[in-house]
This record gives sequence, C-alpha cells and structure tokens, in this order.
Amino acid sequence: MKIPKCKGASDWMPQDMRQFRHIEEVFRKSCSGWGYNEIRTPSLEYLQLFTSAGTLSPEMLGRLYSFLDWDGWSGERVVLRPDGTIPTARLYVEQMADMPLARLCYIENMFSFEGSGQEARERWQCGVELMGSAEPEGDAELILLALEILSKLDITPITIKLSHVGLFRTLLKELGLPPEEQEQRLLEILTGDIRALGKIKGESPEVNRFLKLLLDLQGTSHGFLENLRSVLPEKLAAVKPYIDSLAGTASLLDSIGQSYEVNFASGEGFEYYTGMVFQFYGRGELVGKGGRYDELVPLVGGGNVPASGFALFIDKLICLIPQLSGSSPKILVKQESGRVEEMKAAFEIARLLRGKGYAVEMGKSAASDCTWIISSARDGKSFTLVNASTEKDQKGLSFDQLLQRLGESKEC
Amino acid sequence: MLKLALPKGALQSNTANLLQRAGFGYADYHESSRVYRPKSQGFPALFTKVFHEKDLAVQVAIGNYDLAICGLDWIMELLVKYHSDAIVKVRDLGYGQRNLYLASSRFSAIRSVADIKSSSGPVRIISEYPNIAEALALRFRLRNFRIMPAWGAVEAYPPEHAELAIIPATTSEELKAKDLVPIARILTGNAWLIANRNSLARKDLSSLLLPFHQAAPEAEADRDISISEIDSEEKFESSVFPDGEVSLALADGHQQSHTNKFLKKAGIKIRSYRQPPPTRRPQIEFEGVSVKVVRPQDMPGQVANGNFDLAVTGRDWLSDHKYQFPASPVQELVNLGFGWVRIVAVVHNNLPAESTGDLRQLLQSGQIPILRIASEYTNIADKYARDNHLSPYKVIPSWGATEAYLPEDADVLIENTETGKTLAKNNLKIIETLFESTGCLIGNSLSLTDPVKKERIERLVEIFQKGLAAPSP
Repeated sequence: MKIPKCKGASDWMPQDMRQFRHIEEVFRKSCSGWGYNEIRTPSLEYLQLFTSAGTLSPEMLGRLYSFLDWDGWSGERVVLRPDGTIPTARLYVEQMADMPLARLCYIENMFSFEGSGQEARERWQCGVELMGSAEPEGDAELILLALEILSKLDITPITIKLSHVGLFRTLLKELGLPPEEQEQRLLEILTGDIRALGKIKGESPEVNRFLKLLLDLQGTSHGFLENLRSVLPEKLAAVKPYIDSLAGTASLLDSIGQSYEVNFASGEGFEYYTGMVFQFYGRGELVGKGGRYDELVPLVGGGNVPASGFALFIDKLICLIPQLSGSSPKILVKQESGRVEEMKAAFEIARLLRGKGYAVEMGKSAASDCTWIISSARDGKSFTLVNASTEKDQKGLSFDQLLQRLGESKEC
Repeated sequence: MLKLALPKGALQSNTANLLQRAGFGYADYHESSRVYRPKSQGFPALFTKVFHEKDLAVQVAIGNYDLAICGLDWIMELLVKYHSDAIVKVRDLGYGQRNLYLASSRFSAIRSVADIKSSSGPVRIISEYPNIAEALALRFRLRNFRIMPAWGAVEAYPPEHAELAIIPATTSEELKAKDLVPIARILTGNAWLIANRNSLARKDLSSLLLPFHQAAPEAEADRDISISEIDSEEKFESSVFPDGEVSLALADGHQQSHTNKFLKKAGIKIRSYRQPPPTRRPQIEFEGVSVKVVRPQDMPGQVANGNFDLAVTGRDWLSDHKYQFPASPVQELVNLGFGWVRIVAVVHNNLPAESTGDLRQLLQSGQIPILRIASEYTNIADKYARDNHLSPYKVIPSWGATEAYLPEDADVLIENTETGKTLAKNNLKIIETLFESTGCLIGNSLSLTDPVKKERIERLVEIFQKGLAAPSP
C-alpha cells in the first residue's frame, strides 16, 4: 500500500535540489562577501519564545505546530519554528549579547499550519539579520545585499516596495484611537489589509486627505516623501521622523541609481516590525521581504539592540531561476560479463575518472541521463567509448585517449 | 445511507424531545436510555448512533456522520484549533444553553482580565477545553502560560495548582458555590445541529434538515469566543498553603468507594470524601497533608508537573502517562490491589480475528485498509499498534461510550473490563489482554528532595503499605 506524504508537505526532486543548492551557494557567497556569518537555530523552540506581545500576531500564533515534548508533563509546549528572525534574536541574546554588531545569515525551514493542504506547511527561506545597527545605511545594506543575490540568481528586474510600520503605529496613536483599536488596525495592516486605514475617520478633512494620499499614491523617488512631508497635517507632526527615516533610505537608493516604489499599501509583515519594511518582487512574484525590528531583542530578553533583516523565499526562487543541468557529463562504466578481471578494471577506470571530476555510475545498463558509456576490453587495458545519444562508438582507446576524447567533448 | 449522531448526557433529554417533535420517532432514545444505536421509526433508513458529547463534533468533522447534535462549546473546542475542519453549523436548536467561564479562586488575588495580563509568572490554565484555553491565552497575549488539559473536576485546581480554570456552568452563581470567582464569560451557546461540509455538498439531506427547521424555534446565541468581563464583588480571602505540605490527590467517580474503603482499612481518617455534601477538598487527619478530589485520569500528569506529590489512581492511567512521557518523574509507590481490571484489545464478533496476529494479517491482506483504534487510553492504544506492527493505523481518542464505536467507526478498542460482560452484551470479543490494572499510590520522585515532604511522604507510604495487610473494617 502506498503511504502518501503529509498534507501540505512537498517532495523535492533532483532538479529541485539542484536549484536549491545553487540558491544556497549564491546566497552564502554573497552573504560572506558582505561579512555575514551563517548560523542555524533549532527546528524546535519553546512556545514561550513566540507568545510575547509584539512578536507574532495572534493569527500567526494560531497556526503554530505546538505540542507537548516528551518531557512536556509540565504543560510547557514546544513549537516547530514558524519564523527565522525571532529564534535568531534569541540566539543573539543567548550567545552574542556582548557583540555590538552582528551580521548573521541562515538557510532554514519554517512551519505553519494550513488546514486545506493546498498550500505549503513547510517553507524554506534564506534569512539575513543585521543586529546592532540603527542607521538607514543598515537597511540600505540589506536591500543591496538582497538585490545582489537576486541578480546573481538571474531574477531581474526586481521591484522594491518600501513602506514603514513605525509610521503606521504612530499614525494610529496620533489619530486618537483607543489602544485596542490601534492594535486591531495595525494587525489588519500587517496582514496586508491596508484598507483598514480607510475605516478610520480623522477629525479634520486635512487628516482624511492625508490618509487618502497614503492609501492611494505610490512614489518612485525620495521627492515623493518630501511631498508627503510638506502636506503633513500639524496634528500628525509625530509621523514626520518616520517619513524622514524612509526618505534617508530612499535617498541612498536614489544615489546608487536603484529604482524602488514607496507604497504604503505594501506594509504587510510581522508584528515585530517597528520601522521601514521592504518587499522584493521578481516577475510579479513576492520573492522576499524584510524590515526593521528595533524592539524584538528586548522582547526576547536582550538589551536595547536595534536590528533589521530580510528573508528570501527559496520555494518561490526555485521556480523562477533558470533550470540548471547536472554539473558534469555522467558516464556509465559498463560491466557485462561479471568476470573478476573486468570488474577490477571497471572499478579502477571509474576511480580515475571520478578523480578527474566526472560523475561515474557502474552497472549493466545506462541511466537515462548518461552521456557516455565506457566498456573495457578483456585485457582491461583498452576501452570502448560510446556516445549514449548517437550510439557511435570508438574502440581500442587507451586511458589517456579516453580522457582526451571526454575532455574534447566537454569543451564542445 | 444517511447517518446522524446524537448526544448522551446533559443534552439527551431535550434532544429526545426535539426529535419527537420533528417526527423522528425514536422509542429507544430518551432521557435515561443507554442504547447506542436507536432506531428511527420516522426515517427507517437513517443510521443513528449515540456518542459522548465531546466526540460528536470530531465524528462529523472526519465524515463518519452527516449530521449531529452537539453543544456549541464542544464544536468551538474543535474549530478554534482546526479552523478548516469540515463542520457547518446549520441551526441553533435553542436548548441546552451552556456558558463557558474563565474563573479564578476566591483565595487568589486574580480578579480581572487586567490582573491576568499583568501577571508576572507563568499563568496555568486548567480546562476540559484545552484548545479554547490556548486560544484565549493567545488572545490575551500571555507571554508565559501553561495549558493543563483535564478530564474534569477543574474547579479543584485554583488557586494553588492553577491560576485559572475554564469551566462550563449555566450561571456564574454555580461557580461561586464551588469557591470560584468568575472573571469573564467567554462563550454562550446552545445545542446546535451540525453537518459535515461534504455531506451537505454531495448528499440530499433535505428530508432530515426540514423537520429540524420546522421543529426547532429560531434561536441564535453567541457563536464565537468573546470576552465578556464580570465585575466580581467577591472579596479575596487569603489562605495559607504552607511550605512542605504534602499534596495528595484522591479519585472521584467509581474509584472513590474503593479508595475510601482502603483509607479506612489503613486507619487514615478523612472527612467529607464520601459523605454529603461532597467536597473537592476533604479534611484528612494527617499533619502536613492536604487532599483534593480530582479525576484519576488527570493524576499522573498532575503529579508529574508537581501539582500533587502523591495520588491514588489506577495503573492503567499511570501506564498511559508513562508511554507518552517515558522520562516523567512519576513512579508507582504502592500497589494497592483494589479495583482490578484488565486492559484489553477488543473487536466486533463479526470481524474474523481471534488475536492481534489475525488483525495484522487482515491489514497485510488489505481486508482492512487502515486499522482504526478507538480508546480513552490513547497512548496505550498507540503503543499497542506500534509494538504489534499494525500498520497502517490511526488512534481515535474517545471520552466514553467507546464500545459504541465498533464496528462502524472503529475496528479495535483498547478498553478496560472487569468481567467482560458489557463487552459481550455489545457483541464484542477480547482478542488480547494487554495488562492487568489495579489502584496504586503514585508519587513524584522530585518531591523527595524536600526533606520535610520526604519525611511525611515516607510515613504515608508506610501507612499505605501496612493498610495492604490490615484486615477489612
């Protein structure tokens, strides 16, 4: 009887894994080039890590895989990691609290309950976290690093959308909403329902006009933010520093000629975000997102350490990057007779070819992706080379001649 | 064939009346009936089965039944955790109103939701509704909480063994009578007619839905978890829970009389354990020991988490706990010998299996595609299937009336039996005895690290051991 895979789980085939490993390699190389060090956090964490108000929204907490561990008689629950940033913040607090600045990156899987089984319950992502930097330059560094990775993966052009959660938090407060409603509206905005702002009626037509501008307009230079600042109602003056902060990063991107879109309707993200948030779109797909989370480290028990980060979604990238083929032509060393001398010669030639960087299989028949088939003569000293697709053969080749022919075909 | 599942217990009487009005004509489903498969005169082709209320929503969700009548509390207990489950709430039936309250103890300083939110330590919530409890803790944004699932008697736990309890009651006055302080009403609901989503989409259920529509008056109480705070005028009464006091849990239910007899035999005097009015906190004449009366099913877990130092429970529940938590600090201290039962694997007489090996053969030959094992002892059932390589299998947790599962809704039961007569009466046969179970005194090995407790525990254990040899009073 066939036993199917779990609902919402995915098998990755060799082709997927080729794509995955390529993304990993590009990601690691770029991160390393920018001074980021790789970490790995455990798949299991205590539920408590994620329940602090301000870390994950109740909606996300409701989709956690939480359960009692084998020593869970105390009622303490563990969860399958739903997010990469919060465990990284925990690791930072536990292991690196004395470092003023930490550049960290990881490649990890995240888990989230999904009832229908139509969507993935396990998602892979490449994450980058910059702990200890409060400067707009830090946010710009993250955006540029993400762009470098996406560019090396041949995913271009990339659309960047910028928004600011801190701006929304302050805006909701300045509008005089009760704390519960502020929290509710913010959660709606963070789940992508920017129209939640439209439900709010400001006290003056001026405030309402400003809210409408935030909702409806998208800017493509820091000039747009200057414009917003100039029409900012007096009552909402507290929002100004956030527009300035966004303008700081926008100016940096302008100066290096990187295009972007300031789009306040793209504020979707995690509850722990406190500042600028950004999203990366490639060929119309959201392939990554990130933002500033200056209050997360204190929330998980650390000092007052500002931080920001981003994640690229590997499951999405796998489908978008060009299809990769196997690294080198695969060769079958054929052993038909089963005689000891032939076997010995076959193992020896296979070992030598592997030493030269070829992928070599041994057996009686060729796998479908084999390029060459080699069989040795009875004396074990001369070889026949067969092109698997054309079936043309070259008999009586010495090992050196064999290598030469293979090398020539590699160059072609 | 259309299938309807009905509740036993609190909703049984009103549900029987409704079915009568709706023309279902169940002669054998009424207030005191114990029939599991009542026959409908009005709808002879309808298959009907009676379940413990907590199992009904699950049976509809997994598609075993097209329709069921179930309290909203148990529907929500499933839906808050498994949002996409295939349950459609069809009609509020207007009877059996039950409220769920969040409550603390009058000996606890917690009096409001604000007190809960500002609590500094871990907040322990005990409930028969663990999913609702978790949803509530998340809604309150509690950073550090523990959910303690219980089979019942949750009113016994606050304040020293849990900060909060989620407890069903008709009015908040009922809670006050149990020394609890209602903090908020979190759910109000009646019995509902529920349907399986697929059944509604694919089958013609109209002949059944229409009579319900006509016989049940329009009613609609709250549908969702909502926090309605209760201003409590109860005064906080401080109570001393001294350090070094040994906390002993004694069983309610059918184990109570066995335990009571044994305590008498051992010469331990205890007041209000059996005599009316019943109390969850009887007085024991043993210095430095306090007693609570709780469900035996909950005891191993509660001893493991340190809520109780000692408990009198059954080896069956101890085994179930140890199979789930092999490293648990709970251990058996004295085998008390009373309440002997066998834990057995049971199948329907019609199943061609006389042993566990036969079951394996039926699975291997494909005659049973997946073995469904229903049990109150989910961990024992799981271990039985694993140890006997009964693959593939699934364990169906049950909260009672388990013998009704065979043969339609399960293939095997893991059940306790004394004489086997009830099983035989239900056309069931035992194919294997897993082990024998008796009452036992269990303890938490970590409790012995406190020298004062250690001395008291050792004295108690000695008295229990002597009680074994003592003649019956």
